[in-house]
Amino acid sequence: MIIRHKDPSAPKSHEITPESVYLKRRELMMLGGLAGLFSAMPAWGREIKAVDEEASRPLWLKDQVARAIDGAPDTDETLTPYADVTGYNNFYEFGTGKTDPAENAHTLKTDPWTVTVAGEVEKPGTYALEDLLKGQQLEERIYRLRCVEAWSMVIPWVGVPLASLLIKLQPTSKARYVAFTSLADPKQMSGVRSPFTGIDWPYREGLRLDEAMHPLTLMAVGLYGRTLPNQNGAPFRLVVPWKYGFKSIKSIVRIELTETMPETTWNMLAPDEYGFYANVNPAVDHPRWSQSRERRLPNSFFDPNWVPTRPFNGYDEVASLYKGMDLGKFY
Amino acid sequence: MKSKHWTWVGWPLGALPLAWITMQAAGGQLGPDPAETLVELLGWWSLVMLLACLTMRPAAQLLKVPGLVIWRRTFGLWAFGYVCMHFLAWATLLLGWDPSFLGEELTKRPYIIIGMLAWLALWPLALTSTRQSRRRLGRKWVKLHRLIFPAVLLGVVHQSWVQKSGYGETLIFVSVLLILLLYRILHGRNMIRK
Repeated sequence: MIIRHKDPSAPKSHEITPESVYLKRRELMMLGGLAGLFSAMPAWGREIKAVDEEASRPLWLKDQVARAIDGAPDTDETLTPYADVTGYNNFYEFGTGKTDPAENAHTLKTDPWTVTVAGEVEKPGTYALEDLLKGQQLEERIYRLRCVEAWSMVIPWVGVPLASLLIKLQPTSKARYVAFTSLADPKQMSGVRSPFTGIDWPYREGLRLDEAMHPLTLMAVGLYGRTLPNQNGAPFRLVVPWKYGFKSIKSIVRIELTETMPETTWNMLAPDEYGFYANVNPAVDHPRWSQSRERRLPNSFFDPNWVPTRPFNGYDEVASLYKGMDLGKFY
Repeated sequence: MKSKHWTWVGWPLGALPLAWITMQAAGGQLGPDPAETLVELLGWWSLVMLLACLTMRPAAQLLKVPGLVIWRRTFGLWAFGYVCMHFLAWATLLLGWDPSFLGEELTKRPYIIIGMLAWLALWPLALTSTRQSRRRLGRKWVKLHRLIFPAVLLGVVHQSWVQKSGYGETLIFVSVLLILLLYRILHGRNMIRK
C-alpha cells in the first residue's frame, strides 16, 4: 500500500534541482556538457546512436545551433532529461508506440532538406533549409510541452521565431493562415507504410497568421544545445508552446500561406475531439478524458507527478489573440 | 475432462508476462511515465489472457489435444488476475485512491465505466471457477460463464477508447475475437455438449 504525501505544496524530492546546478545550467550546456547528457541516458546503445546522428549533421547547422543565444521567456522548472525528451515521442510517421520513433527514425534522411514555400507570399519557392535559415539568429527557448494525452515535459529548444522567417518571405495582404506539411515518405518512414495508424498522410497542421507571428511561436532545429534528433522532428519543426503537442508539426517540408483555414490532421480524424485551435485548456475536457491536470515527466511509480494544467499552458500572453472567442466552442 | 500431467504448465505460462513486466519495472525500463506504462501493459495482457482463454476450446479440438481445455480456467483466472492488477495499479499508482480523482473518472469517463463493467463481469466467473462450483451449478454454470463474451467485448472497446488514435492493436484483438466467435457459431453445439 502506498502512503501518499498529502501536502500538495511541498516540493517532491525529484523536482528539486540543486540551486548550484540550476544557476550553472546554461554554462553546463554551452560547454557541451556531454557528461550530464550521458549520465541521463539509460542505455549505451542509445547514447552511441544519438552521437552518431549529431556527427552526421551538416556543419552549417551545427554551427548555427552552437551560436544560439538565450531567448525569453525562461522558466525555473526542472528540465525533462534528454533521454526522456528523445526516447518518449509521438511521431506516428515512425509508429504509434512511444518508443517507436526513437527506434525507427534513424532511417530518416535530413540532409539535404528543402522546404517549399507557397501560397500568399511574395517570395515563394523551394528553399534549401540552409538558405531559409541564413542570417537568422537562433535562440534557446525553454518551453513546457503539454501533450493532449495529459502528460507534459519541459524542453530547451533551439530555434528561430517563425515570425522572423515569415517576414522575409513576405506574406501578401490576403494571407490569413499558415499551413504546414510534414514529410510523408513511405521509404523512410515505417509508420507511413503501416496501414494501421489511421492517419491520412501527409501530416498537416496550421495556425492563424497572428498565432504564427506571435513571438512565442518557434521553428526549432535543435534541443539541448544540439541539432534535433530525428525522432523529435528533424531537421525543422514547429513549436507552439500554448497549444497541445500535436499542433507542433515535425519534419516540415512545406509552408503555405492561405486565405482559408487549412485542414489539419487530427481535426480531420476526429473533429469532435481535436479542434483547429487546440489551445491547452483545463476547462475543456477531451471527450474521453480530463484535461484539468497533467503528469509532468519523468515521474515514478510512487508519484505520478500530477500538476494542474494551466490555460494556454501557462503562456497567458497569448490570451489576447483569442479575445471574444468562445474557447469551449473553438477548442 | 481429463487432466494430463503437463497441464500445470499453463500456470507458469500465464505468469510469464507478469514476470517480464516486473523485471522491466524493477530495472527502470518502463520509460519516463512508468506507472502509466505499467497500467497499459497489465491491461493489454488482460485482453491477451481473455482471448487465450477463449482460444483453448477450439485449439483443443483442432489440435486434438483435449487436455488444453483445462487451460481455459488457467488463462481465465490469469485474465482476472491481470485485470485486478490493472485496476489496482491504475487506482493506486496513477490516482493514489484520491476520492475526487476516482469519483470523476468513474462517473465521467465512459471508457473507465466500460472497463469497470468488464471487470465486474469477470468476478462471478472467477468465483465459480472451482470444480465444485461447476458440479453444483451444472448447466447454469455454462450459461453463467458465457459472461466472458460481453467481458471481452467491453474490454476491447475500453482498450480502443483509451488511445488517441491508431487502431492497429484494437484490430488484432477484434480479428481474433471475430474468428473465435465465428468458430463458436459454426461448431457451437459441439462446444456446449462436450
